[in-house]
Amino acid sequence: MHHVVLERWSRGASFVHARDARVKVLVLLAYLVALATTAPITFAAATCYAALVAAATVAARLPLAGLALRAAAVLPFAGTFALFSILAGDGGRAASLVSKSYLSAAAVLVLAGTTPLPKLVRGLESLGVPRFLTLVIQFLYRYLFVISEQAQHMRLAALARGGGQLRFTHAAGAAATLFGRSYARAEGIHGAMLARGFHGRMELLAEPRLGTADVLFLAAGLAAAMALRLAMGAVG
Amino acid sequence: MHIPDGFLSTPVWLALDVTGLPAIGLLARRARRELEEARAPLLGVTGAFVFAAQMINFPVAAGTSAHLVGGALLAIALGPAAAAVVMTAILAVQAFVFQDGGILALGANVFNMAIAGVLAGYLPYRLWGAGGRRRAAIFAAGALSVMVSALLAVSELLASGVPVRPAAMAFLLVVFGVSAVVEGAITVAVVRGIERLSPQIIRQTAAERSWVLAACGAGAVLLAAAGGLVASTNPDGLQWLGGQLDILGRITNLFTAPLAEYRARWLGSPWIAKAAAGAAGALLVGLISIALGRAAARTRSA
Amino acid sequence: MSGRPLIEARGLRYRYDNGTLALDGVDFRLLPGETVALLGPNGSGKTTFAHHLNGLLRGEGFLSVCGLAMEQKNLAEIRRKVGLVFQDSDEQLFMPSVLEDVAFGPLNEGRTPEEAREIALAALDQTGMRYALDKAPYHLSAGEKKRVAVAGVLAMNPEVLVLDEPTTFLDPPAQRDLVTLLGRLEQSKVLITHDAALARALASRAIFFQRGKIAAEGPVAEVVERFRWEATPPAVSAPDRN
Repeated sequence: MHHVVLERWSRGASFVHARDARVKVLVLLAYLVALATTAPITFAAATCYAALVAAATVAARLPLAGLALRAAAVLPFAGTFALFSILAGDGGRAASLVSKSYLSAAAVLVLAGTTPLPKLVRGLESLGVPRFLTLVIQFLYRYLFVISEQAQHMRLAALARGGGQLRFTHAAGAAATLFGRSYARAEGIHGAMLARGFHGRMELLAEPRLGTADVLFLAAGLAAAMALRLAMGAVG
Repeated sequence: MHIPDGFLSTPVWLALDVTGLPAIGLLARRARRELEEARAPLLGVTGAFVFAAQMINFPVAAGTSAHLVGGALLAIALGPAAAAVVMTAILAVQAFVFQDGGILALGANVFNMAIAGVLAGYLPYRLWGAGGRRRAAIFAAGALSVMVSALLAVSELLASGVPVRPAAMAFLLVVFGVSAVVEGAITVAVVRGIERLSPQIIRQTAAERSWVLAACGAGAVLLAAAGGLVASTNPDGLQWLGGQLDILGRITNLFTAPLAEYRARWLGSPWIAKAAAGAAGALLVGLISIALGRAAARTRSA
Repeated sequence: MSGRPLIEARGLRYRYDNGTLALDGVDFRLLPGETVALLGPNGSGKTTFAHHLNGLLRGEGFLSVCGLAMEQKNLAEIRRKVGLVFQDSDEQLFMPSVLEDVAFGPLNEGRTPEEAREIALAALDQTGMRYALDKAPYHLSAGEKKRVAVAGVLAMNPEVLVLDEPTTFLDPPAQRDLVTLLGRLEQSKVLITHDAALARALASRAIFFQRGKIAAEGPVAEVVERFRWEATPPAVSAPDRN
């Protein structure tokens, strides 16, 4: 499963993995803004943006082919609207939609593939995302695997009983059961939190400070994005 | 309908990032102030449930299957404010981990699905869920939630210049219609299942109905969706809409009048006016959403 | 094993919202240094009783923990003194990483992040799980999760450990490791278990629950024998084949 693979990638080791999450998010945002505001996106421009992502992938010791493949998940959606554009006579728009969405997805993959989600989320909190939201995301991710596995088992059990076909009512029943179990689990978690002294506010460990390497990475990343953007022309 | 990066024009994604994300931020900060951090595990686990439930394939017809989107289910089970936060968490994980939806486009997707979609998934239930038409109300909640999100998304694409000719639009509307019906059916089935298995979870709708508030909310959401479509196909549509709604017109004029002088400095690009009007409209809906969220949250604590 | 009881309960009664009477007049004492095993069928009230010991559930009757009456104002202190290890490790380990989870207790006690980190590391050392400090809980085996759960509880420096069926889902080597670990810990313990061998290894006394009441109390071997509370008694061997 996709998120399982990404989990594994994110716990690897490389210069990029070791950088602070905040810094990586900011560099990603700079890249995405540069890419989004480049209009029109020429073949040369797309190649340059692609080269930057590829370089980051290699530096992060992530599999280039694997990443390229996973970024292709955007293509069905992008392809549909590219088709609409071509039928409407706007071939340039079609190329833009496909190239920009693909390269953006690839860039996000580099971030997600080098930063375990909990660290990424703590980084987002440092950048201003409210704690309540980041807590919900952390709990969501914590139990994503557990509940997904439960869903898989239930699905297989239901399929086995239904002779290979999942009937609508059975699917609804499975979903309802899963919901009930999830709700009960949430109550159990609450009890576990109370048992260890939870009194209404989540206290968290401190985040490590930014290091020199982090600051340099930030500077370099922002500079690269800006340089690329300026080289591509006027504001679109 | 998660919009990836590279689709929306800068005025559109920027305006929605600046209005949609802070709106959720307000909801989240309020939750922290009211010591609701104890609810974070429940919200997170429910979000994980929605993810997992999306893996359960509901057979639709002739070998095709659909899956639960979940906005209405969340709104019915948790209330609109909590549902909006959970939906945002889901969208964030989908964007970062699954690359389903862009990062710059998060504002747009949050606005479409976590704010408008959740509201549209809650209002029918809130208005009619207590009576004899409960199943129809829940069906409407599911269907509207998907329909409104999809329409808003298409409006944003159109406003960004993505060409969708009538034939393509018809195709999209058919797809949205089918998804809406399916979502309605799945939502009804799952809510009924939950009521049977764990009756205490689904809150019963309050006896009192705030008609005015609900009507305003419904009106705002549908207006935004319809207006968006009209505006994007007709460049003067925003002006026309603004004229119809005095308030929106005044706000638009406020923004565009002084800015008209500065237009020349922006390399002749007229996108500021569009962005301002769009932002004003989005802000209006956003504010109404927050007001509704607060009202609903207050009555929720029963 | 003497001195003032660490836990004292008299006439404890608890009824669930749906009307079920889960505890029907339970008297209980835990003396310092003791390990008591709670045995009994599923649904007999053992877990419900355990959840009273740290105030998660509040029933009728008298209950005092480490000299503190079970009242709202004492809850924080009581929860420090009584460490409950839940049956479901996935419910207990709710933080994104092992270190953050073990530090949860100390942080809630008001320690600074630096202090909490140190205490957590020490607790992880005590349970042999320091190597896993950065790992996510779902990457751990059942045995590893259980040891992290124990560390999380030890980090609060409790006087009493309450363990709810700790060896369920553990394979034999993991069970052995857990028994060794528990044997080393000084705290008095209340051990809910279906595992007679575990009870024999660690407990000096056993209590048998039945339908919310205590049906018997005494040395572990006696109680096990009396209720035939053993899945595979040691004397049984594979039948002879003639």
